[in-house]
Amino acid sequence: MNSFTKYFSDLFNGIHSLITGLKVTGSYFVRPKEIVTQQYPENRATLKMFERFKGELTMPHNNLNEHDCTACGICEMNCPNGSIEIISKFDVIDGKKKKVLDKYIYHLGMCTFCGLCVKTCPSDAIIFGQGFEHATFERTTLNKQLNKPGSVLKKEVKE
Amino acid sequence: MFLYDFSELTSSIHNSISSVMSPLATTVVEMVIAGIVFLLFYALVGLILVYAERKICAFFQCRLGPMRVGKWGLMQTIADFIKLLMKELIMIKNADKLLFNLAPFIVIIASFLAIGAIPFAKGLHALDFDIGVLYVMAVSSIGVLGILLAGWSSNNKYSLIGAMRSGAQVVSYELSVGLSLMTIVVLAGTMQFSEIVEAQNTGWFIFKGHIPALIAFVIFIISSTAETNRGPFDLAEAESELTAGFHTEYSGIKFALFFLGEYMNMFIVASIAATVFLGGWMPLHIVGLDSFNMIMDYIPPFIWFISKTAIIIFIMMWIKWTFPRLRIDQLLTLEWKYLLPINLVNITLMALCVLNQWHF
Repeated sequence: MNSFTKYFSDLFNGIHSLITGLKVTGSYFVRPKEIVTQQYPENRATLKMFERFKGELTMPHNNLNEHDCTACGICEMNCPNGSIEIISKFDVIDGKKKKVLDKYIYHLGMCTFCGLCVKTCPSDAIIFGQGFEHATFERTTLNKQLNKPGSVLKKEVKE
Repeated sequence: MFLYDFSELTSSIHNSISSVMSPLATTVVEMVIAGIVFLLFYALVGLILVYAERKICAFFQCRLGPMRVGKWGLMQTIADFIKLLMKELIMIKNADKLLFNLAPFIVIIASFLAIGAIPFAKGLHALDFDIGVLYVMAVSSIGVLGILLAGWSSNNKYSLIGAMRSGAQVVSYELSVGLSLMTIVVLAGTMQFSEIVEAQNTGWFIFKGHIPALIAFVIFIISSTAETNRGPFDLAEAESELTAGFHTEYSGIKFALFFLGEYMNMFIVASIAATVFLGGWMPLHIVGLDSFNMIMDYIPPFIWFISKTAIIIFIMMWIKWTFPRLRIDQLLTLEWKYLLPINLVNITLMALCVLNQWHF
């Protein structure tokens, strides 16, 4: 008798779970507003990428043309495929010789967008931007300098 | 009685042809005309079904589907078809050349034989055998022979495994298809499609036969999905494990024939389900509501037939794009442990209903 009831409970449980599955896809079918497809070239003007999208590495500057990079080189060391190159120079600030950033070279063509540089940066100087249209005709245009010309390290706020 | 009766049109065509030719020539000319009409119908239905499948599948998955070629991608299947025609026909080195070339034609011929027996409207019926149901079941299972030959002659392990799975599957599920149709044959008392449709004048069989007819309908939908090798029963061409199974080695127009054959088989089983369970071209009649029946009669029977078929095709697509593919042991368990015993009980129940006049 036990196997008899098991047969029918299996059957009706199976039918029930199949109907649950049909309900899920059926509810998607009747809600066309939830379509996730982006028709890219047409909606280029309105396309908004999501916050965590890793488009390209950028270095944010404030309106005084200052950035956060101390040229420590941790991002360069952590980069698994050598797409970051930090060229530093020594400046005399307040009578002391200090290492400051000269050029932050980012080789986009070598980057795998792993995000280790952003994760390990001690001063949060670099973030991932939203831009993704990287296609070019020249490979050399993929080598970018992230710090703007004439930019300096942000002054530490005195407490 | 019926506003749209095509039998006068077809008999007038027959009379005008036979007045100028001998009986033998008349038969040949009529067969050629019917063949051309079916060829055009095949091309049209194939194109529409492929487009419908891609769109419906996309909406089930929160996508848009083809959108680029023409408005809403309407020209997409035509573009695909032109591309397929221009593809190279690759000849496999160690393949059995005769069987390799023959296999796609067997598949397409089987579906051609089956579609001839489908009643599209009153009088629009190529072959009206008095054993129509038996005939359709017989010829529609020839298609698996083509699949088996394709798998065998490709000289490829994936194709062979796919073909063998397809064989096991069709042999099992043919039983369920037959028995569920037989349930309705018990109710109708005839195997002739035109008489089955006429008998549904006072109500479709799915309403007349209530519980056993409904069970038979569900079983028919499941097992005919399996018989046409569509998902979730598409073990024969499982892309992820068999790299398309029996048609791995086919390209160009031969692949297109298999593709068309699959969609036409889906159309044929859907139209059989519509004819046997949902009244075919017969409008929805409710006994007692004469004015309602009159309004329903104004809708042409061809529209009724196509819309019922389309609903069943939609259900089959819904099933395909919802459920994951079955394993071969699960497939055979479903048939031999569940569908077949339920079907046998169901046909007994239907026989009791008919004997005791429990149907409407």
